[in-house]
Formats: sequence, C-alpha cells, structure tokens
Amino acid sequence: MGAMLSVQDLVVNYGSIRAIKGISFEVNQGEIVTLIGANGAGKTTTLHAISGLVKTKSGSVSFCDHDLLSTEPHKILGLGMAHVPEGRRVFSRMTVMENLQMGAYIRNDASGISEDYDMVFERLPRLKERRKQAAGTLSGGEQQMLAIGRALMGRPKMLLLDEPSMGLSPLLVGEIFKIISDVNESGVTVLLVEQNAKKALEIADRAYVLETGKIVMSGDTLELADNEEVRKAYLGG
Amino acid sequence: MNRKKVTVYGVILVLILAIYAVVTGLTDAGVLNSYYSGILIMVCINIILATSLNLSTGFLGQLILGHAGFMSVGAYAAALFTLRAGLPDSIDFLVALLVGGLTAALFGLLIGIPALRLKGDYLAIITLGFGEIIRVIIINLDFTGGARGLRGIPKETNFSWVYLLAVLTVAIIFAFIHTRHGRAVISIREDEIAAEASGVNTTYYKLLAFIMSAFFAGIAGGLYAHHIGILNPSKFDFNYSVEILVMVVLGGMGSITGSVIAATVLTILPEALRDFSSYRMLAYSVVLICVMLFRPSGLLGQYEISLTRLFGKLSGSKGNKTTKNPASGGEKGA
Repeated sequence: MGAMLSVQDLVVNYGSIRAIKGISFEVNQGEIVTLIGANGAGKTTTLHAISGLVKTKSGSVSFCDHDLLSTEPHKILGLGMAHVPEGRRVFSRMTVMENLQMGAYIRNDASGISEDYDMVFERLPRLKERRKQAAGTLSGGEQQMLAIGRALMGRPKMLLLDEPSMGLSPLLVGEIFKIISDVNESGVTVLLVEQNAKKALEIADRAYVLETGKIVMSGDTLELADNEEVRKAYLGG
Repeated sequence: MNRKKVTVYGVILVLILAIYAVVTGLTDAGVLNSYYSGILIMVCINIILATSLNLSTGFLGQLILGHAGFMSVGAYAAALFTLRAGLPDSIDFLVALLVGGLTAALFGLLIGIPALRLKGDYLAIITLGFGEIIRVIIINLDFTGGARGLRGIPKETNFSWVYLLAVLTVAIIFAFIHTRHGRAVISIREDEIAAEASGVNTTYYKLLAFIMSAFFAGIAGGLYAHHIGILNPSKFDFNYSVEILVMVVLGGMGSITGSVIAATVLTILPEALRDFSSYRMLAYSVVLICVMLFRPSGLLGQYEISLTRLFGKLSGSKGNKTTKNPASGGEKGA
C-alpha cells in the first residue's frame, strides 16, 4: 500500500503572491509526521489546502486513494480525515458536550457515538468534569483538548493538527503532546504542523522543514534534530 | 419523550389556548374594540417577522437588513393572488399566504446564493440594497399599483388566523433549532471553519436558514396585506427592516422567547405612548437605549424562558415563594 496522504507539487497563491511554491510530501499509515517552520512559512496554508479551505493553483493531494482537491471540504471528514484548525476554534457558546456532538455530526451510529464519548472522556478527563460548561469558558489548554476530542468524535483515520501548542504554557504543551502520542498509538495517523519544533521533533517519526513556501529539508526526526542548520534555526543552537 | 416533557408541552398548549380564549372572549364581549384587535394582529405579525429574522440573524449569525423586502414580496404576491386568481373564498386566503411565503422564499434563494458568500457588514449592505431595490421596483411596476399602492385587497386576516400562524411559526422555528440541522446552523455562527471541518455543509445550511427566514417573512407580508387591505410600497422601507432587527436584538439574538416578548412589547409600546403625542418616539428610543445599556445582549441574551426549568425550580425550592415569579416578567430565565 502506498502512502495514506500524498501531496504532489502543491502550489497555492494568495492573489499574486505565491504562498506555497510546489511542495511534495507523504504521510504513511500509523506515522506522526510534522511540518515545522517559522511564521509565514506556509504551514497553515498547506493544511488548509489539504482540507479544501483554500483553493490551490496546481498540484495534487490524495488521501486513501481519493482526490482531495475535488472533494468538498465538508465531505473530507467522511473520508476519515479530521482537521483541528489553528487557534482551537471551539464552538464557544455551545457546551462541551454539544461540541463533541458536533464532532460526531456526520455519524448516525448512536451506540458507537456514545462509546466514543466515553473514549474521549477517558482520554481527556478534564472535559468530563466540564461537560455542561460553555466551551468559551474553558482555559486555553482545555479548549485545545476539546478541539482534539471533537475531531476524534468523527472517528478519523488521520488527524491534521494545526499548532496545537499555540498560546499554551510549557506544562500544558507537554500534556497536549502526550495526548497526541497516545492518540497516535491507538492507531490514528497524525500530520502535525508546529512552530514549537523541539517538541514536535520529540514525538514525530519524520519531519519536513518548510521555509517560505518550500520544503528545504526532510527526514527522520532523530537525524533532523542532530542537523546543524535545524538546530540553529529552530532549536535554539 | 419522557413524562415531564409531555406535561410541559401540555401546559404550553393550554397556555396558548387560554390566551386565545381570553382575547376572543374579550373581543366578543366588546371590551376590545377594533383598534385594540388591530394592535394584537400587528403583534402577531411582528412576532412572525422577529422570530423568522432571528433564525438568520440570531442563530445563523448573519446580519440581514432587508427583512421588510422579503415581507413586501410576500405581501404583494399574496395580495395579487387573491385579487387575480379568483379561487373560491374558502381556500383563497390560505393559498394566497402560501404563494406569498413561497415567492419570498424564491427571492431568498436567488439573493442568498450570491450574497451568502459574503459575511458580516458586506452581507448586511447587500441585503439592505435588496430591500431598497424591491421597493423601487414595486413603485415602478404597473401591476403592483405603483406608488399609489394596491387597493381593494379583501380583509381576510383576523385574529384567529394570525394567532394560529404566529404560534405555528414559533413552534416550527423552535423545533428546527433543536434538531441536528438546527445545531448545524448554530455551529456556523460559532465558527464556520470548525463547522466545515466537522462535516457541516455550510453553504447548504446558510441557504436553508436564509430561505426559511424569507418564507416566514413572506407569510407575515401576506397576513399584513389582508389585514390592512391596502399595500403601499413605502411601508416596507429600510426603517421597517431596522424595526424588526431591533426586536431581535432587544429580545436577544438567539432567543426565540426573547423575540416574541420584544415583538410584543415594541408593537404595543408606541401605541401605549400615544398620550404623550410628540414625546412618543423619544420615549421609545430611551427604552431601547436603556435596555441596550443595561442588558447589552438583549433582554434574554441567548436564553429561552423554559417551563421545564421553571418546573424544576418550583419543585426544587418549595415554600420559597420569591422565586416563583411568573415567566411574563421577561427577565426570568436569564
């Protein structure tokens, strides 16, 4: 079997500005792959292009042998790919429980859904305590957990995570990354976009380094973490 | 459905029938003259307008400034239908209302497809433009009676019909909001990208809510046309759209009971203030400003007055009479 997600020569323009200048990468089943890079490198744009939230200029994206670029965004979750967007984006005036229900929006297997509530609450016990609370009143870390929990409710094969560590304290970042590893061990493939390269390289199997719309380096995380340039640019020396 | 819910729905039904019985009883006894019953009919029409606008503005979260435009489309379509079609009297009125609603819904579809690509201020401006265009077109067409208006529409609207349709509108919108579809609509208001990522077809649901909203506005227009008997295009101007929007904002965006209360109060208030003649609109504005200052998210915010919750409180705190404030207070449930 080929790669689960395969991106080939992807180009994205914002008006006349070329944001993604032809990148190719792959994610195999069971892996955690991370895209790291500085602000404005095009990490979020890449994810948005994969999940159909921005129009692409050229290139191809295939997921489990489906052409994603010709799939409407709301149908992508049905194919097994869940996107946890940047900045958490929970439904803030809905309760935690209602947010999770929205995560299971495309499903109608009532018993499976209720099993998955238990699964999410077991994995993210803090959400269980706050089940009836409006999502907007949760702390940043809890909102990030909720966003991940909501994505898991769609029973995805693959999770796209956009900067899950954004705006969180180091302690919480650790907790969130632990959750991501656990989720991956339970069989969900992960594509992780991060500015926090150090943490991302710790949990990922492979990494791609993105710089102003191009992939400048790729490889095993262990190799990359030893690489002189990566250390200088992203790991603080 | 559990027994508690059945009780609550039963009580609501009894309340609805009781209000109806009281009003018709008072009218028959001659206590309510035609002036008062005219106001009550306008209350019901405005309730339909406010709750339907609340669907697209409060629940879907899209600011619409042309609701009176949809109402005028419905009003003219329904009125022209009764004047021209010549159906037997018994079904004439109902079919006309349906025609009004459907025509308005069709306009909702036509305008919604291009307009709903935009958001916030831009969408508001487009809908505002639509409302004005409709009015100008009506003034310049012959078969609508032009600026002179449309006369001789049979006055078939009575309290029973508007009351029934207002109750139906509120019930349908309330039921819709509490389905999976309703939750999809609310999720778009909360965060469109996250809704899309959760598998919600956002284009479809935006259009659906917008069309439903236009449909009920059209029904309200049909009722209005057959209540007044004369249609004058200047009635459906920007000010009327804003008036409906004020009801929604004052009642609380996303609260159906709030819209019902605000529509009732804001229809009755200008009439009740008639004694103060020239200070009337001043007082009206002061009320609006005060409500917005002290309750910026509207009287009820997002909350609904819920009998279920009220019952829960009553049985939970027996003997504590002070909490037993009847729901009519407006602030209850917040």
